[in-house]
Amino acid sequence: MKHLTIIILALISVNLYAQTADEILEKTDLNMSAENRIIESSMTIHGKRNSRAMTSISYSVGDKQSFTEYLTPAREKGTKMLKLEDKLWIYSPSTDRTIQISGHMLRQSVMGSDFSYEDMMEDRKLTDVYTATKVDEEEIDGRRTFVLELVAKVDDVSYHSRKVWIDTEHFVPLKEELFAKSGQLLKRTSRSDVQEVQGRWFPMRITYKDMLKSGKGTEMHITNIKFNQEIPEYIFTKAALKQ
Amino acid sequence: MLAIKLAFKNLIGAGLRTWLNVIVLSFAFVLIIFYNGMFDGWNRQGIKATIDWEIGQGQFWHPEYDKYDPYTIQDSHAPLSDQVKAEINKGNLTPILITQATLYPEGRVQSGILKGIDPKQNILNLPTADLINNQDEYAAIIGKRMAESTKLKVGDRVLVRWRDKNGTFDAREIQIASIFRCDVPSADNGQMYMSLPVLQKMTNMEGEATLIVTGENYSGAEIENWNFKDLNFLLSDLDKIIQSKKIGSYIMEGLLLIIALLAIFDTQVLSIFRRQKEIGTYIALGLTRSQVVGIFTVEGGAHSILAALLGAVYGIPIFIWLDTVGITFGGPDMGITVAETIYPYYSVGLIISTLILVVVSATIVSYIPSRKISKMKPTEALKGKLQ
Repeated sequence: MKHLTIIILALISVNLYAQTADEILEKTDLNMSAENRIIESSMTIHGKRNSRAMTSISYSVGDKQSFTEYLTPAREKGTKMLKLEDKLWIYSPSTDRTIQISGHMLRQSVMGSDFSYEDMMEDRKLTDVYTATKVDEEEIDGRRTFVLELVAKVDDVSYHSRKVWIDTEHFVPLKEELFAKSGQLLKRTSRSDVQEVQGRWFPMRITYKDMLKSGKGTEMHITNIKFNQEIPEYIFTKAALKQ
Repeated sequence: MLAIKLAFKNLIGAGLRTWLNVIVLSFAFVLIIFYNGMFDGWNRQGIKATIDWEIGQGQFWHPEYDKYDPYTIQDSHAPLSDQVKAEINKGNLTPILITQATLYPEGRVQSGILKGIDPKQNILNLPTADLINNQDEYAAIIGKRMAESTKLKVGDRVLVRWRDKNGTFDAREIQIASIFRCDVPSADNGQMYMSLPVLQKMTNMEGEATLIVTGENYSGAEIENWNFKDLNFLLSDLDKIIQSKKIGSYIMEGLLLIIALLAIFDTQVLSIFRRQKEIGTYIALGLTRSQVVGIFTVEGGAHSILAALLGAVYGIPIFIWLDTVGITFGGPDMGITVAETIYPYYSVGLIISTLILVVVSATIVSYIPSRKISKMKPTEALKGKLQ
């Protein structure tokens, strides 16, 4: 029995090491992406002096269509964002206007948080944009992770390189660091509270931190997530913004 | 001639009443010249500073570039032709590459503009040579306003993040090589000047520029695919600011002038009322009514001549003194192009036009009450009866 256990463990170990970086990334993509999903979440933005929280509900289909409506606080209630392909519109109920966020405006921060509209809209698969190398294995919060280094293989990418820590069992990225061309660390993302939802593993808490500025970053807590639901088509239209 | 002689005799005879009017009018006269001299001085210094520090003798802009739309910056860059390079080598042109950046001084976030400029250029007054003398390749010079807003000092390092030609983020620390002081906020606020080749390398835009500044010796030849912006266009903002400020000063000058003219008007009304016997005597002596009106009009108008003379007595020394010491406004942070010390500029045209304005307006307000004389009956006037 003891020998059998050792053999099984050895096989698992060999199997883990046998996985290439690309395979790990593909498995991660498969786990994290879905045909569509509905997420209810709260976002807490930690500023220098105070923190503020807002809740929202998001509908997304693949990586091309998404619709977000802010529910609280009262000041942001009714603000809606619609993303179709590479276009983004924002509806503000206070002005009753819909504006398209385009070009360099996409680089602005979303609601004062640590991520930009562009970060939010990033939809290309990591395997399409980066060349991955498995460099190490580390433990994060008691979970074994593959450490992958990703270097851009295309020119038009925001972050030249990334370092990703992917859970060896659930294939969820638990930590991610985004680097500038010079090697300067720009952003760090941490994911925790990984739960099984409809047969897939998903992190329910995500922390984004712009490493160049002071502050504690932006926390996102997913309170409810559903995959592969029936989402009405009209949600992803500009008309839905004013409804 | 008789009218002038009589007018001055009567004016001097009126004593304190005349001098009070003259003093008030002379204030208006001196202040109008002072204000306009100030604005002309501001304008001349502002134009010179803007040319020296920012715009040169005109600029060639990349067709996509719009100074008022920062979102155009990312796409406004193009390689320089051999013709342009030859002129750059002669010192007649200097290219500038512009890119947006985010600065993180001590963890704070501040947006800014990185400008790449040839460290050896001599067209603009920017101390670009300090970029060569600095040991760190990634060095920048900044203006005093920028230094104050970012709390940066010479030798400090600040983390700067920007995007290259393809939109990829890059970031590194940049050392402050020197801090310059200039009167042009638009050449200072939120801007860091770096060596052009270094910024070109940082942004993957080797050999490219956003705009080209022309020097005094540039022939003025057109450059293909670049739009020339002349001084009228580039200075239009400053012109508009000064014009809007001038309107405010016109109102104040106008009020002052109206007060002085009202005093003359009152004096004239009173004179005609009190001097009816004198008017009747003039007519009895054979002067026509219009000649008498003329005497009174000249008398009133002569206030302005005396005011000009009095104004010259105390105004000229004040103007000469102000021209020497200037007027200091305390600091460079006015938000608009204005020298720390303004030296008023008094042109001959300004003095003559002000003199004409004061004399003509004083004559008109003197004439209006004098018209009553033409309706007077000489016999009644001789008796001094009210008419």
